[in-house]
Amino acid sequence: MSAVSGPLVPADRVVDQVLEASRSDGCVVIVEEVSEAELRFANNTATTNGTRRDRSVSVIVFRQTDGGTTVGTASGSGAGDPLELVRRAEASAATAPPAEDAAPLITPTASDAGGDFSDPPVMTSLAGLGDVLGELSNAFARASAAGSRLAGFAAHNVSTVYLGSSTGLRLRHVEPTGKLEVVARANGGERSSWAGAGAGDLAQVHVEELEARLDRRLKWAERRIDLDAGRYEVVLPPDAVADLIVYLGEATSGREAEEGRSVFSAPGGGTRLGESLSPHPFSLRCDPFEPGLECIPFLVTGASGQDVSVFDNGLRLGRTEWISQGRLARLQYHRAAAARSGVQPAAFGDNLTLELPGATGGVDDLVGRTERGLLLTCLWYIREVDPTTLLLTGLTRDGVYLVEHGEIVGAVNNFRFNESPVDLLAKTIEAGRTERALSREANEELNRTAMPSLRVAEFNMSSVSPAI
Amino acid sequence: MATIELDADFLALPLEAVRGAALDRARALGCEHAEVRIERIRSQFVALRDARLETSADYLELGIGLRVVHEGSFGFAATVELTPDAGAALADQAVAMARATAPAFSERVELADEPSHGEAAWTSSYDRDPTEVPTAEKISLLEDWSGRLLRSAGVDHVTADVLAVVEDKHYADLSGTVTTQRRVRVHPVVEAVAVDSETAGFETMRTLAPPAGRGWEYLMGRGWDWDDELARIPGYLAERLHAPSVVAGAYDLVVDPTNLWLTIHESVGHTTELDRAMGYEAGFAGTSFATFDQLGKLVYGSEVMNVTGDRTVAHGLATIGYDDEGVEAQSFDLIRDGVLVGYQLDRRIARLTGLGRSNGCAFADSPLHVPIQRMANVSLRPASGDGPTTEELISSVDRGLYVVGDKSWSIDMQRYNFQFTAQRFFKIEKGKLAGQVRDLAYQSRTTEFWGAMQAVGGESTYLLGGAFNCGKAQPEQVAPVSHGSPSALFRGINVLNTRAELGR
Repeated sequence: MSAVSGPLVPADRVVDQVLEASRSDGCVVIVEEVSEAELRFANNTATTNGTRRDRSVSVIVFRQTDGGTTVGTASGSGAGDPLELVRRAEASAATAPPAEDAAPLITPTASDAGGDFSDPPVMTSLAGLGDVLGELSNAFARASAAGSRLAGFAAHNVSTVYLGSSTGLRLRHVEPTGKLEVVARANGGERSSWAGAGAGDLAQVHVEELEARLDRRLKWAERRIDLDAGRYEVVLPPDAVADLIVYLGEATSGREAEEGRSVFSAPGGGTRLGESLSPHPFSLRCDPFEPGLECIPFLVTGASGQDVSVFDNGLRLGRTEWISQGRLARLQYHRAAAARSGVQPAAFGDNLTLELPGATGGVDDLVGRTERGLLLTCLWYIREVDPTTLLLTGLTRDGVYLVEHGEIVGAVNNFRFNESPVDLLAKTIEAGRTERALSREANEELNRTAMPSLRVAEFNMSSVSPAI
Repeated sequence: MATIELDADFLALPLEAVRGAALDRARALGCEHAEVRIERIRSQFVALRDARLETSADYLELGIGLRVVHEGSFGFAATVELTPDAGAALADQAVAMARATAPAFSERVELADEPSHGEAAWTSSYDRDPTEVPTAEKISLLEDWSGRLLRSAGVDHVTADVLAVVEDKHYADLSGTVTTQRRVRVHPVVEAVAVDSETAGFETMRTLAPPAGRGWEYLMGRGWDWDDELARIPGYLAERLHAPSVVAGAYDLVVDPTNLWLTIHESVGHTTELDRAMGYEAGFAGTSFATFDQLGKLVYGSEVMNVTGDRTVAHGLATIGYDDEGVEAQSFDLIRDGVLVGYQLDRRIARLTGLGRSNGCAFADSPLHVPIQRMANVSLRPASGDGPTTEELISSVDRGLYVVGDKSWSIDMQRYNFQFTAQRFFKIEKGKLAGQVRDLAYQSRTTEFWGAMQAVGGESTYLLGGAFNCGKAQPEQVAPVSHGSPSALFRGINVLNTRAELGR
């Protein structure tokens, strides 16, 4: 792609230029503008910072042939010439085999507002970090005085997406995403705790609030208890539930299930749709209108994949319950595959909520009802071990605490676990209310999660990890 | 070194004008240090499922990033706008970042000295730019490979994909170093699936061909025998599907380099990153048990353990001419005769710890990301001369397992406790292979594992493995890295049955 030596052309004009230049039978163009500011810190000092402006343009062209519809795609960032993308995409479509995921392109609906399509992208800056920057300097001083060390990350970004198509779509969406994560290591690194918060607006997030959570947990760690590996009752706070449930959400591929290569494949063929996964009436869902977790309400993709199709760009996304009333209710399908399988299309969105309807209370309430068990903080380095059961391995990190007779009695060594999130729902003893949660490991891919605390029986701690 | 042949389209960008505007402005603003990178990264991914095209993606990233040290604070700013005005504006933004965050920099940022290298150019060793290969040609090759497997008995599904990346990088700093470099890499993967629909069970078997710093010629057979490997996969897959479940317990392991590269990566590569060992990754990637006070003392493994870091090996994924702080690529010892003797460094950490010059491990995965310490090619040295073959290592085991190909991996945040699975586990009985077993993972602690390494294979067993997707930092950056390894023999390693782990 040749570069243009000049200022960036406004996104809505890029969309018009591409659609005018396309000689194909159909065309979709996506412009995503991203503005970000961030600060990273460790050992009570800032380590890196950054402000960036990114822009990517994806051009997808569709060509009718005797054998079906072929697709060509090309994407680029920066000041590249969008017409060069059109040429590349059309060259690709000219030789591509007919697409397996072909479906009519999405058309506008009466409910499209569309009036903001020519608005510029929304930008952020260091001011987007709210009071976090100022509060951190003070927190470093407090930590140094107390003999502890803080590490973490604060970031705010705004994505503005423009989607246009030859069928008349002109959709724009602005999505602000922020987070603050803080780790406190005390006593020469013998005690460690993590706290995190996700929010679209970091003005709602304060370092002091996270420090209070960290201080409380570090105090629990004044007594250290060594425990062996084994199966334990555990209390998982919402963040740790998110660490595991994100994997459950990602495992909902319709195609893999139908092909017999997923935990949701049924013996004898077919899928486990409709099967009960838990004695509790859990709801696991994506919903772009979930209060507090609002996210992009239409599908955007620059390339097709296993269950997602470029033909579906602009598809309106609603509430999709993967698990409903404790039963597997939906699997991911693009429209073409859904039509073949006689099901409704379903796409994974940019948020994920697990809820036990009617559940109340938070993690402290669950701890209070635990006779003997382990309270976890978050989970780390989670990887799939066996896809047939969705067996995952990983580590507990930055705080495991022993609960006896409803009270925290001390901090315990870390463990390697081997567990399946499918079994987690089946083994749940009780759940708390659903709250905003931040997965430690997965939040860059999925920041918007809401999860309950869970008390779970027989959680398999496979071995002890001496790591702190 | 390969012929230096830089890309004309990249050189036609206004590199000099934009970098000059950025550095001039940074100098005028009083920066102690400034480095600018203009990068163009082209990534192409083609994926087939059951010999039909599923994904075709072609992304060309282009942007500029400027990092400054201003009055002891870092500042970084980046944009996709490539004009002199935008370059100069970046300097203003980076200095503004340094000023605004200065109260949070309780440690003054200083960088280890590096001489100016003047104007220099470098390219990796490759024959054919894989991003210039028409998509139709890629699809055609993957169709052929998929078809061979689909026609084999016992194969129900096949996925075949190739990721190709070409990085063009123009770097300049206030010391006068100006480098222009090109790196090319490819990662082809073919995986066959066998489904036992009665039980809803399934197994997979994947090619072991490592990702390589090579061009399209790699897929044509240069450096890997694709025909041979594809022909063997259906047999391996059928054997695995019907293999007996392992009995958990302690086994002697002969670990093939196709598996051991990843264990090296996780338990040695990350552990010897000094920023981690100093606590600078405590918030995300983690720390390291190999703390700085143990340099020169820590017994990491047995006396046959010798590990080097390098950014120089031909076809290595972390190989480069000059790093993203203008430091010349080097090769250095990390573990010698089983003892920790070195770390991977960037310029800040080298200066902070008084270790002198950086050994050149700074890398940013995008022009829009800040450079940080990333992994060199960290490799286990084979036995010198005519060291043992893999068969000879196997023949010295009475009851054990031969471990081939990486699959699942996980290690804790201080790099003690790890668990790995493999594409294939073969039983070893009285020095001979005795068929595959399934449902297993090996689990150990780093120094116990390397301490149990009784022998390393000779050069005939050596292979450069690696990955494109090593993660570190926030926002997360993804780096490519290779790891050379011989086969090696480990005594008495704990093996789990993964079905038993599930309680079934």
